[in-house]
Amino acid sequence: MTVTQIGKSGSFSPLDIPLFLDNVPAGFPSPASDYCERKLDLNELCINKPAATYFVRAQGDSMIDAGIFPGDVLVVDRSLTAQHGDIVIAEFNGELTVKKLEMTPVVRLIPMNNQHAPIEIPEESDLEIFGVVTTSIHSLHKS
Amino acid sequence: MTTFALVDCNNFYCSCERLFRPELKKRPVAVLSNNDGCIVARSQEVKDLGISMATPLFKVADQLKQHQVQIFSSNYTLYADISSRVMQTLEQFSPKLEIYSIDEAFLDLTGFNHLEKYAQQIKTTVYQHVGVPVCVGMAPTKTLAKLANYAAKKFQATGGVVDLSDPVRQKKLLQITPVAEVWGVGRKHTEKLKRIGITTALQLAQMDSRRVRKLYSVVMERTVRELNGEACIELDHSPAAKQQIICSRSFGEKITDYATLRETVCEFAARAAEKLREEKQYTRAVNVFIRTSPFMKTDPLYSNSATGKLAQPSSDTRDILALAVRLFDAIWKEGYRYAKAGVMLGDFCSPRQLQYNLFHLPAENTHRDKLMQTVDDINHSGQGQIWFGGQRPKQDWFMNQSNLSPAYTTRWDCLPLV
Repeated sequence: MTVTQIGKSGSFSPLDIPLFLDNVPAGFPSPASDYCERKLDLNELCINKPAATYFVRAQGDSMIDAGIFPGDVLVVDRSLTAQHGDIVIAEFNGELTVKKLEMTPVVRLIPMNNQHAPIEIPEESDLEIFGVVTTSIHSLHKS
Repeated sequence: MTTFALVDCNNFYCSCERLFRPELKKRPVAVLSNNDGCIVARSQEVKDLGISMATPLFKVADQLKQHQVQIFSSNYTLYADISSRVMQTLEQFSPKLEIYSIDEAFLDLTGFNHLEKYAQQIKTTVYQHVGVPVCVGMAPTKTLAKLANYAAKKFQATGGVVDLSDPVRQKKLLQITPVAEVWGVGRKHTEKLKRIGITTALQLAQMDSRRVRKLYSVVMERTVRELNGEACIELDHSPAAKQQIICSRSFGEKITDYATLRETVCEFAARAAEKLREEKQYTRAVNVFIRTSPFMKTDPLYSNSATGKLAQPSSDTRDILALAVRLFDAIWKEGYRYAKAGVMLGDFCSPRQLQYNLFHLPAENTHRDKLMQTVDDINHSGQGQIWFGGQRPKQDWFMNQSNLSPAYTTRWDCLPLV
């Protein structure tokens, strides 16, 4: 058996996409064009507090009107305190569920799909919020 | 006066297992050791059943079943990730922090005001951000901070926070605390102290420190001073690099043939090498040991070990494996039922302080490091496995992990579903 070297492996660095400060001019090159800012990290865009951020995966269609589809990855920030109208991960019936939170006039978990009914939370039971959903990652490419 | 806070996670492994399983919040949970042998973590409900730490599973299996205890194999990937989140969150509360173990950290809060309120804030923030409950104990010394934390956990009325700055409160707590709960007082010392009538922490604190030094050790004398509010143990910011790495295990089923035991030793050597690279160290000495069970009265006993030096310090699995196999061959004896084997690495040095010998090219090391890095990356990616000749083609062959939870936070295909 023989082997052929197909290339050298290196250590992989985080996503590096350079961001240029300038628009691309179609004429005289800007004297600032050799200034290049540091590379963009997608984490920076989606994650504010890494230690308090968890990823979960959505299943089911109860939130499709909020743009959350089955299989999407949701970025959940636990450091945020859930407000009225936030999309949250809540603990309901011993499960984690993604819903829109309503605090007034009564506490309710609202599915964003009119095929599903809102869930009313009885006043005597306390609703545990796992975290606030800040971003949904939806892949458009079938790979 | 110094102020130390000890932040300690409550039933840490159990809390991690519950994080993504809300239905387990009110149910008893227990976590098992490597190989599912003993109980290493218990939720409060399990503690209340009277099941003690390190109980072998088979002894309490029926009881656990009867009370519908949810059992988990240790999921160290998950625990390590949650632990680092806890530590990161704690960093924002003090510029000086010492990670003491996977689930506890000392914070230097010297000069901080409103300690109790601040500690409450620490507790609430860790729970909100990470999702695991903690207790906080504060005192002028680390030993007292440990005790304060013990009290915060034990007495519900404290709300999980105890400030032991006040000497009167210190004394009160020491009086009702068994001496065995004092940091640094092990089982042996507890027995010894009992014989001279010392059973509470307060009695120990009131002993003459010079006498303690004579009877026991300098360490024990330091403990006594610390119990009296004299800070002797400083915050350790950069824990010393590991001095040795051991990979060993007792076998559920005794091993009698050469090939199997050799494979086992190779597996341990490869794992030890991987751990060594995590520590960013090179090793010079490899030790291999094998032994039969000292408890099997009917079997002939055999126990031996061999140590070898590497010609050049290395963290390359191939070097360590080759030496481990040679050492193993030197001590292997036919006809015994082996119960335990292990590989120990020692005499470390940093790759930066490397002394090359005459025939060694530094560039060679760069290649080796790169190769090992690639092997580790592949093995950690979860997408494939690379192993070396001699190892068995399955890494977890000796790990019985029948109740393992998913790597919720570290693998894309294991994310919690909502």
